[in-house]
Amino acid sequence: MRASAPSLPRWPSSAGILLVAYLVSNTLANLETRNIATGFGFLQREAGFGISESAIPYNPANTYFRALAVGVFNTLKVAVVGIILATFIGILAGVARLSRNWLVARLATCYVEGLRNIPVLLQLFFWYALITEGLPGPRQALNPLPGIFLSARGLKLPEPVWQTTHAVMLVVFLVAIAVAWAIGRWAKLRQDRSGQVFPTLPVSLGLIIGLPFLVWLLGGAPMALDVPALQGFNFVGGVTITPEFTALLVGLVLYTATFIAEIVRGGILAVAHGQTEAGLALGLSRGQVLRLVTLPQAMRVIIPPLTSQYLNLTKNSSLAVAIGFPDLVSVANTAINQTGQAVEGVAIIMAVYLTVSLSISTFMNWYNRRIAVKGGR
Amino acid sequence: MSERPKDDRPRNDTPPEQPAQPMSGDQPQQEPPFEETPDEIFAREEEPVEAIAAQPSPQQQAPGLLRVLTGWARENLFSSAGNTLLTLLCLWLLWVAVPPFVQWAFTGAIWSTADPALCRTAEGACWAFIHDKYRFIFFGLYPYTEQWRPVLAMALFIVLIAISCYPPFWRWWLALAWPLVLISCAVLMWGGVLGLTFVPTDAWGGLPLTLILAAVGMIGSFPMAILLALGRRSELPAIRAVCVGFIEFVRGVPLISVLFMASVMFPLFLPEGVTVNKLLRAQVGIILFTAAYLAEAVRGGLQAVPRGQYEAADALGLGYWQKTGLIVLPQALKVAIPPLVNQFISMFKDTSLVIIIGLFDLLTTAKTALADPQWRPFFIESYAFVALIYWSFCFFMSRYSLFIERRLAVGHKRA
Repeated sequence: MRASAPSLPRWPSSAGILLVAYLVSNTLANLETRNIATGFGFLQREAGFGISESAIPYNPANTYFRALAVGVFNTLKVAVVGIILATFIGILAGVARLSRNWLVARLATCYVEGLRNIPVLLQLFFWYALITEGLPGPRQALNPLPGIFLSARGLKLPEPVWQTTHAVMLVVFLVAIAVAWAIGRWAKLRQDRSGQVFPTLPVSLGLIIGLPFLVWLLGGAPMALDVPALQGFNFVGGVTITPEFTALLVGLVLYTATFIAEIVRGGILAVAHGQTEAGLALGLSRGQVLRLVTLPQAMRVIIPPLTSQYLNLTKNSSLAVAIGFPDLVSVANTAINQTGQAVEGVAIIMAVYLTVSLSISTFMNWYNRRIAVKGGR
Repeated sequence: MSERPKDDRPRNDTPPEQPAQPMSGDQPQQEPPFEETPDEIFAREEEPVEAIAAQPSPQQQAPGLLRVLTGWARENLFSSAGNTLLTLLCLWLLWVAVPPFVQWAFTGAIWSTADPALCRTAEGACWAFIHDKYRFIFFGLYPYTEQWRPVLAMALFIVLIAISCYPPFWRWWLALAWPLVLISCAVLMWGGVLGLTFVPTDAWGGLPLTLILAAVGMIGSFPMAILLALGRRSELPAIRAVCVGFIEFVRGVPLISVLFMASVMFPLFLPEGVTVNKLLRAQVGIILFTAAYLAEAVRGGLQAVPRGQYEAADALGLGYWQKTGLIVLPQALKVAIPPLVNQFISMFKDTSLVIIIGLFDLLTTAKTALADPQWRPFFIESYAFVALIYWSFCFFMSRYSLFIERRLAVGHKRA
């Protein structure tokens, strides 16, 4: 039989090696003439620039390494919050587009078709301008609820003063989640064995919400709040959600949610109607059919494209540099401008994003395998 | 024929319009509508409409328009308590949002004035800003008196696209028209011959620049994507490794970092004294980035080609390139049209990112026009204007993808 692989000439590989050698020598020569150091030694030097918001303590005297770490945490913050919100809004819009209610379906269509076809960067600029130019200054801040202020400087919220009771509440909350998970396992095993149904959802919710609340009451219901107050030209106290973060989050979430909505809609439409009928014929209730028959099958269609939307949102968070949110790209960009070490800077950006992307896709692939058809194909 | 891949579904299924039908088979007519449950929503597509039409109910003789409307409303808006609540909520939302919007955008708007101060006191939008700045937003820094050239180039190009979109025009002369039009566009934009003054790429901007980035990006990335996709399925380990590495690497990083690389790192690679134009560098970055994504779409198409087709080609004694070019690719690309168009659309939107490396594309000009202190408060008008332009192009592309897919019968219904 004929081998299907063509026999290719060997010269391309040697030419490739020569080209790479040529480029490397050019680069080294260029770096030398411009007096730019090579290597990652600069990470240990003092950064000398401030960062407007950071999850970990940071000041300009810290190293470049710490500055970049601040950027990584900011990127992760946007990505995690964004993914959760976009999933929620996306599912809502996707189901709404399939609604029997004509008005709901049309409104959802308008939202999806409208925002999906506008560049996300333009949307970010719009939201950022709306917040910084459209909202009043701190002195005329909007005050929709007592203690909450909305101005061009961002959203100011009251912050509970941290007390021991809160720490205990957090621990109890985590314990309650673990217990709820165990109850779910036990209920499933018991149902498989005896057919008895246990009201898992209300009990779990009661545990997860009720127990911390109980602890809060027992701890004397600490209510002390650090309320933001206007002092001079700006607010002091409370927590701030900056305009940059808000604009980035709102823009990314609303944009990505339109794509997730389409994925969810396609997934639901992909489940054959016979499946629903079979479930009903077996005597399941409509809720059970949705939970046990339709959704698990829709999920198999939904998960792979959903993963790439999560990755897109994470990568698009790099657009933060355009509106001044100090994410990784923005911090690395400043570092590149100061040190001139573009190769290392871009390498760090790419390495971090590759790691994050691979982590997300590994997790989603694991989840996808878990819900895949067992023993099929 | 092959199944089409799943991933193109979301974009292409228009929601079915016919009313849902009750589901149990025994008494399909008289059943009152159920509550709004997703199961019923799914039911809509599958049930044949003829089943309803076959048995007209007694009340249906010659219904008046009013009756049809109220019947429709009862069916689609007020079928249950929950639905009624939702409808009222939506109506309230529309009531709150639409009249102020109309007031802002149309009735209260100022359409043309040279005096920005007048706009600040107006109740509505200041379209006078667009009226004042549209030449800059459309053409950026292109010399004012020469701006008929980008207009002509764009017109030529858009006419070419429009003709190419219509299948009956797919003849041999179209293949000739493309290079001709592209060359004349280049001559018009650059000038320097035929008595046209030379305009360097630094001065290009606005919509022509966006269209150039997108069009050249598509033309350049497509062949590269096909080679990458073929390479990824190659039996030669070295080629496969290089292609997989490139695709996965590029897909794992944001476009911004690729553009940064093109603008900051690339000059370092070149020998002393050699500089490459900024536009070209951005363009290469966009091509490389898009090619990786397109390659995955093409690979999806390649995977959908049944194995028997490859074997048949081998049995006929075709070589690798004959087999690929004549048998495999035509089938694969047909299947890959929807995801390919989706990638083109997202690439068109992504050209707006060149603002970050300082090229004057449509978004940059809109943002720069706002830098004029007099017109600073009117950012909504500016962004809305360019958003509408982007939207029109993207919406046209997505609708065209639906049309061409039906035309080529890629999306034939599964049994």
